[in-house]
Amino acid sequence: MTSSGMLQIGIYISLLLLLTPLLGSYMAKVFVGARTFLSPLFSPCERAIYRFCLINPAEEMNWKKYAWSLVLLTGLGFLATFFLQINQSLLPLNPQHLPDVPYALAFNTAISFMTNTNWQAYSGESTLSYLVQMLALTVQNFVSAAMGIAALLVLIRGITRNKTHELGNFWVDLTRGILYVLLPLSIIFSLLLLSQGVIQNLSPYITAHTLEGLEQLLPMGPAASQIAIKQLGTNGGGFFGVNSAHPFENPTGISNFLEALAILLIPSALIYMFGLMLNSRRHAWMIYLVTIGIFALCASVMLWSEYLPNPALGVAQMLEGKELRIGITNSAWWAAATTAASNGSVNAMHDSLSPLAGGMAMFQMLLGEIIFGGAGSGLYGMLLFVLLTVFLAGLMVGRTPEYMGKKLGAREIKMVLLAIIAPSATVLIGAGLSIALPAGLNSLANQGPHGLSEILYTWGSAANNNGSAFAGFNANTDSFNIFLGVAMLIGRFAVMFPVLAIAGSLACKQAAPTSETTFQADNLTFAILLVSVILIIGALTFIPALALGPVLEHFLMNTRQLF
Amino acid sequence: MKNKNTSLLDSSLYMESIGSAFKKLHPAAMIKNPVMFVTWVGAGLTTCLFFSHWMFFKFSAFELQISLWLWFTIIFANFAEALAEGRGKAQAEGLKKNRVQAFTRKVVGKLEEKVLATSLKKGDVVICETGDTIPSDGEVIEGIASIDESAITGESAPVIRESGGDRSAVTGGTKVISDRIVIRITAEIGETFLDRIIGLIENAERQKTPNEIALTIVLCALTIILLLAATTLKIFADYSHIVVTIPVLIALLVCLIPTTIGGLLSAIGIAGMDRLIRKNVIAKSGRAIEAAGDIDILLIDKTGTITLGNRMAVAFIAAPHILEEELAEAAQLASLSDETPEGRSIVVLAKENFQLRAKTLRPIESRFVPFSAQTRMSGVDVLLENGQVEREIRKGAVDAIKTLVIAKGGFFPSELQVAVDEIGASGGTPLAVFDNHKVLGVIHLKDVVKGGIKERFAELRKMGIRTIMITGDNPMTAAAIAAEAGVDDFIAEATPESKLQKIRDDQRKGFLVAMTGDGTNDAPALAQADVGVAMNTGTQAAREAGNMVDLDSSPTKVIDIVETGKQLLMTRGALTTFSIANDLAKYFAILPAIFMHAYIVDGEQRGPLAALDIMSLYSPESAILSAVIFNALIIVFLIPLALRGVSCVASSSSALLRRNLLIYGLGGIFLPFVGIKLIDVVITFIHLV
Repeated sequence: MTSSGMLQIGIYISLLLLLTPLLGSYMAKVFVGARTFLSPLFSPCERAIYRFCLINPAEEMNWKKYAWSLVLLTGLGFLATFFLQINQSLLPLNPQHLPDVPYALAFNTAISFMTNTNWQAYSGESTLSYLVQMLALTVQNFVSAAMGIAALLVLIRGITRNKTHELGNFWVDLTRGILYVLLPLSIIFSLLLLSQGVIQNLSPYITAHTLEGLEQLLPMGPAASQIAIKQLGTNGGGFFGVNSAHPFENPTGISNFLEALAILLIPSALIYMFGLMLNSRRHAWMIYLVTIGIFALCASVMLWSEYLPNPALGVAQMLEGKELRIGITNSAWWAAATTAASNGSVNAMHDSLSPLAGGMAMFQMLLGEIIFGGAGSGLYGMLLFVLLTVFLAGLMVGRTPEYMGKKLGAREIKMVLLAIIAPSATVLIGAGLSIALPAGLNSLANQGPHGLSEILYTWGSAANNNGSAFAGFNANTDSFNIFLGVAMLIGRFAVMFPVLAIAGSLACKQAAPTSETTFQADNLTFAILLVSVILIIGALTFIPALALGPVLEHFLMNTRQLF
Repeated sequence: MKNKNTSLLDSSLYMESIGSAFKKLHPAAMIKNPVMFVTWVGAGLTTCLFFSHWMFFKFSAFELQISLWLWFTIIFANFAEALAEGRGKAQAEGLKKNRVQAFTRKVVGKLEEKVLATSLKKGDVVICETGDTIPSDGEVIEGIASIDESAITGESAPVIRESGGDRSAVTGGTKVISDRIVIRITAEIGETFLDRIIGLIENAERQKTPNEIALTIVLCALTIILLLAATTLKIFADYSHIVVTIPVLIALLVCLIPTTIGGLLSAIGIAGMDRLIRKNVIAKSGRAIEAAGDIDILLIDKTGTITLGNRMAVAFIAAPHILEEELAEAAQLASLSDETPEGRSIVVLAKENFQLRAKTLRPIESRFVPFSAQTRMSGVDVLLENGQVEREIRKGAVDAIKTLVIAKGGFFPSELQVAVDEIGASGGTPLAVFDNHKVLGVIHLKDVVKGGIKERFAELRKMGIRTIMITGDNPMTAAAIAAEAGVDDFIAEATPESKLQKIRDDQRKGFLVAMTGDGTNDAPALAQADVGVAMNTGTQAAREAGNMVDLDSSPTKVIDIVETGKQLLMTRGALTTFSIANDLAKYFAILPAIFMHAYIVDGEQRGPLAALDIMSLYSPESAILSAVIFNALIIVFLIPLALRGVSCVASSSSALLRRNLLIYGLGGIFLPFVGIKLIDVVITFIHLV
């Protein structure tokens, strides 16, 4: 690794740590309805939206009503995205006259974007019109990210409020999340991207004549506006098929740096916000420590393994599948960030990562997308593990486990485990069936352990709402479109609904005052225990599969066998 | 009930437990424990496979051994449970002997009737005399008797039971050793205190406690996900052209699911209850024991708990121009007939300080004036031959004496008033002494705090429990005693309502409250508290209201109860952590064994994944068998820990957590590496594989 590469990583981490408290404290203000420096600009808009949509912002919802509102909006989003896709040939802003999207693909894509997964079984430039990209996908990018944050807010309220059923108003949380947080950030960010040369137009594709005298079709489109939110909102769905490896999507070193930074920005700031809203900053910092610790561990292994020579190919550095202008460090670092956060945008083909780096990318997703994770969803996923850790720790200090003074009963634990095992079970069952059935094996581009990795990655990505892909796997078949769609639904809602239910039951309880003997979740012992619980649960579930996939491939690479 | 003969070394108990360990293999019993049920199904499947292979002349020693060890795993777990139950059962048997089978004397109208004890109904009245066994729980309505309660409490010294007051409750199965009492029966046969204790001890069908339910959910979830991991492993292995046989897969699954804690979970719960019984506390539910571990606040009655129960005279303070000896003499005279502990302490103090012999006053010379609530004083009138009052000596509440002296034309010296205020401020009680028209002085009565109680409260504070003293005293007195005893807070001038209100207020703030009490007026508070510990010497109402009964009637027993509650949770937590931490080593034993032959490069013995075999075990079979054997044996090794509970020291939560994490977490990760390697060496040495 070069010194400039290390310097870049150093600047990246410093900037992230600098922006985290700034954005975090801003969001904390926004979501409790306090005044911010943007209020003069946005609060009239906010009020107008409430009036227009007949929303009473003072009305509070219980968790069930909140969940139903969420389902309602998700359902509407799904229908809109689905119907826009299957009718795009009749609709305007389709300069290339792209045909209607097939039903199965449209179903998959609609679910993918509404669940913040942004799994793409298609290539944007050859499948979707500008209208669909803008009106369906970009809108879903905003809404799905805001929904994740909203669910997190409910959990925070469940923890902090006492003896109540009132957990906030979904429409207010959603509006504030988009209006005060996502929209301004996206605008700033897309302007920055435009300055670097990311395209933003509605022109038809351009035919270019290359120096060799050949013709090349250059896709156009409103890319910058969508790229900003797909990086910020942990969505990851590229405007073009190759995502941020495309020069129109990610033209310069600076754009690459900024896009990579945007991946972790909101999930990171949300942890800070959490600490402020809970009035327990030490606890939040411990969670931050765990998050960034596991991330650093995985990223280091990925970088290390990317720089290992490949004896099978006899090359010192593995550059196949990477953009030469981006290079190994930036590709590996991006891969680490995008699989830690449930972003899923890529600037290199993960299929071409070294076996261990690919394995680490997979492992981060399989942990449940909690290492930074998705906007909101990452932190509430992490909090599920925190609750499980607190449960174990509470027993070990001889008290009924309690979190922030709220006793954890059978109901909360049931929901915690449901949310933790649902995505994992989906991955195992999905991957198992894909291999056991011939239809699954037909989609594989490679055999041996690499083929197994492709399948595992696919299901891991879908069921944990990441959305990135191991390129070799052809997922655009009717059956995979439908089954992966279902996996994405499970990954989103089998976690989100239990989280809301936990919030509901925690809010009903009275927080007990802490004493000497209550387990404090704000010290290193807690952090170490949390890391152990996360890694052990992840390891127990996926060690056999990972051993036969990336680990085996790594060893075989050293004996010069490739797949 | 101090049944010391049911120690861990009782061999008949072991034999019985082994028997019931096999009986518990019945599927209807197994299904209640999901983790062990999965093991049971696995063991059954492996056994079937072994026999079906054998039928086709493919005898596999490996399959046989795997099946056997899987069965052992279950039997060991059942044995642990049976052992825990057995210890309780032995105690219950002992108690049953005290049940009354004989006749008793029932009062019907004015007549006595001999009836069977079992036919008694609530409200019946019976008579018990020296040598009789009390037929059922009841309340003494007439008479006083000394009673041997050793059957219940193990305490051989007899106790006094009398009608009225807080010592009126008698327990069925105890024996009258002197005098005669009339008892109104308050519980029918089958519902008596003794019956309920027996029921509690015997009843294996315990209700699961909230934490136990939550933990079971965690264990089930782990089992489900590991079941999926093992099932899909078969698919992934097939894809990778690796042969995994069903017994190997089952062996892997059983090693991974938390059998250690799953197998010991119910034994831990039963043993916790049992430990409490050994400390002479009967918990009416496991839930109460668990709640005891969470207690934040302990409400504790002053009298008899914090103080010796009686105020003692500690000083005579004479009025101006009066000799202290003069005061002592009058006070002694006034107290001679006063049989209360306070009265006696005055006589003793006078004797100690001034060598005043207690004079015997002949009844002809004197007339005792007993204490009454109206006059609030007592004393003696010394009479002349003709019956005229010569001296009128009184001692009593200061204001009562003040009124008296003023009525007689005297006055209350202002210097004395200063002394009275000082005594009050120090938490003592002043008694004024009056002798023929003038006030001689005051006696300083003081509550004596029990020795060692301060240390006990300090211990409670270390456990995070605040102690609150309840007393009927005035706030000033209460504050002084509270300071001396080292309690955190007090409620003065407490009434049953104010006690109840205090508990409700604290509970509303989210605290868990424990309360100890014995009187009928404590009953509402005992019922409201999360943990209500009633003294066995208390009234029937108090014993009904509490969810625990302390047979020793020792107020600081709460510390033991809290410890047991904490221990119960800690043992579960520690073994869960241990169980899960073990899995890492088991993976490293079994996975390389399974994957060893995958993708072998031509000419090599082992495939690339053999690199994961960091324990370098002898062969794939020995590796798998070692892991299974370790998994079974560890249950046996942990039985004593499960029954005894992990040691609980009063220290801060983070210190406790660090300690338990080091022992059971880190230990749980490393111990199986050593254990499995050792077993591998042994079974290879004796050629089991």
